[in-house]
Amino acid sequence: MTPRQRYEQSERRRSVIVAAVSLAAVGAVLAWLVPMAPGWEAVKRSFFNWPILVKTFPTLLKAFMLDVMIFAWSLPLIIVLALVIALCRNVRSAALFPLRVFGAFYTDIFRGVPTILLVYLIGFGIPGLGLPRPWNSPYLWGTVALVLTYSAYVAEVLRSGIESVHASQRSAAHSLGLSEADTMRYVVLPQAIRRQIPAMMNFVIALQKDVALLSFIGPVELLRQANVYKSLMANFTPYVGAAIIFLCVTIPATRYTDHLLAKQRAQRS
Amino acid sequence: MTRSNDELPASARAVPESLVNELPRLRLESVSKCFDEVTVCDQITLDIAVGEMLCLIGASGSGKSTLLRCLNLLEPVDDGRIWLDNTEISIPGLDPGPVRKRIGIVFQSFNLFPHMTVMDNITLAPKRVLQQEPEQAQSVARTLLAQFGLEDKAKEYPDRLSGGQQQRVAIVRALAMKPEVMLLDEITSALDPELVGEVLDVVRALKGQGMTIVLATHEMSFAREVADRVCFLDKGKVVEVAPPEVMFSNPAQQRTQQFLRRVLQQ
Ligand SMILES: Nc1ncnc2c1ncn2[C@@H]1O[C@H](COP(=O)(O)OP(=O)(O)O)[C@@H](O)[C@H]1O
Ligand SMILES: [Mg+2]
Repeated sequence: MTPRQRYEQSERRRSVIVAAVSLAAVGAVLAWLVPMAPGWEAVKRSFFNWPILVKTFPTLLKAFMLDVMIFAWSLPLIIVLALVIALCRNVRSAALFPLRVFGAFYTDIFRGVPTILLVYLIGFGIPGLGLPRPWNSPYLWGTVALVLTYSAYVAEVLRSGIESVHASQRSAAHSLGLSEADTMRYVVLPQAIRRQIPAMMNFVIALQKDVALLSFIGPVELLRQANVYKSLMANFTPYVGAAIIFLCVTIPATRYTDHLLAKQRAQRS
Repeated sequence: MTRSNDELPASARAVPESLVNELPRLRLESVSKCFDEVTVCDQITLDIAVGEMLCLIGASGSGKSTLLRCLNLLEPVDDGRIWLDNTEISIPGLDPGPVRKRIGIVFQSFNLFPHMTVMDNITLAPKRVLQQEPEQAQSVARTLLAQFGLEDKAKEYPDRLSGGQQQRVAIVRALAMKPEVMLLDEITSALDPELVGEVLDVVRALKGQGMTIVLATHEMSFAREVADRVCFLDKGKVVEVAPPEVMFSNPAQQRTQQFLRRVLQQ
């Protein structure tokens, strides 16, 4: 080991120790202060009730599978729809101008309405038309509401990605005789998508949480199941259980997104 | 609007004697191009013979790049006409695809596709435009890469290559379409001086193979060495067209003399 490496290693060890000690100190102070609050005993009973957590957790986890399913089949729909809208907003020919207008309307409207409102309007409104099964399911139409909202956001991310690809790339593709469609498909889109993956990941994480909005219109997914338990047991601990489950998914996803962003920044500089 | 042929500098029409038997490959007649009221190419009339190498010289901003982009139909011309082998290609609304297959262009800034390997950069257009089978496109690419000393770079991404290698790949990419004319736009201007030579060698080789070439360049000594004719552009106008011996030692126009004095002093 060179003297320099030895020095760096000791520095690293030192900073790990300092960080650990300061974290432990903050934790100890909190553990000492919080129980001194007058309402602590009550809060502990109704929010951090271990037996209730143990009892409800398996069912909560099962309900979470419904969130995962809604997430899993809305995500591909969102991506495909977002791509279509982004391409609509990007058409250049005059004959296809109505597509541009449609794309602009779509993104304006679905980004402009709060997600929960759209979930209510579509999730209750369309089943209200009295369609036959399975077309009257609020589960189905609630998901459609999520897809509409999220595809509008992701379309904007994709569009700015498309616009960030330098015009000289299009020129180069055209000069080789590639058609507009091939230029988009092979040259512009791959670069645009690659550039925007971290930004899109943020929407994936947000979607993972927003699936819980469907609890307001029917499907017994995680949040609604927690709600049922809360009423049944007159205790808020199931909400804490639900929060833990969401965090178990979103924290790794967030870390991964940050990692992607850092990698991209390093590449660009 | 268009000037009659008598008023043009005679040298714009005259193709070199060694090439007189051939039809002009490219014929430009009073080609004009404006960007927002600014005339960037002003009534340019030129013939370019089969197998000729024409060098465009002129200060930066004189319209060299724009002229080349017009020839490749990357920019529509506002006025005048362009023929490629007796077919007019400047007709508004013409499908540019077939023309671009026949006219390749290489840019100052390489413009390789950064997300593709060298091999994919080269084979994309042959596969999609010429409908070549992947194996065929790859074997053409390998032959060309070997010819320009790049045989070991096929699997690399462009950002792993030096500027000179990238520019040679860009030339190979254009050549893979088997063009009849190559437009080279200041292809050495973005390179470190020690890398210029390897790219100019490629241009010499192309000329040796009889390719018709239009080269915009600041490399006066190279233009003097390889050009069949040199064309001096100033503010979008053709000022003078002459063989390099005449252009560089005894130019007829005063503006040409001034320009050459300025650039050759440096
Ligand atoms: N797309 C464009 N839009 C507006 N002006 C342009 C465009 N391309 C070129 N120009 C202008 O045209 C003039 C000639 O440019 P260019 O053809 O690049 O000259 P050169 O290649 O000789 O340096 C310049 O003044 C430039 O600013
Ligand atoms: Mg230029």
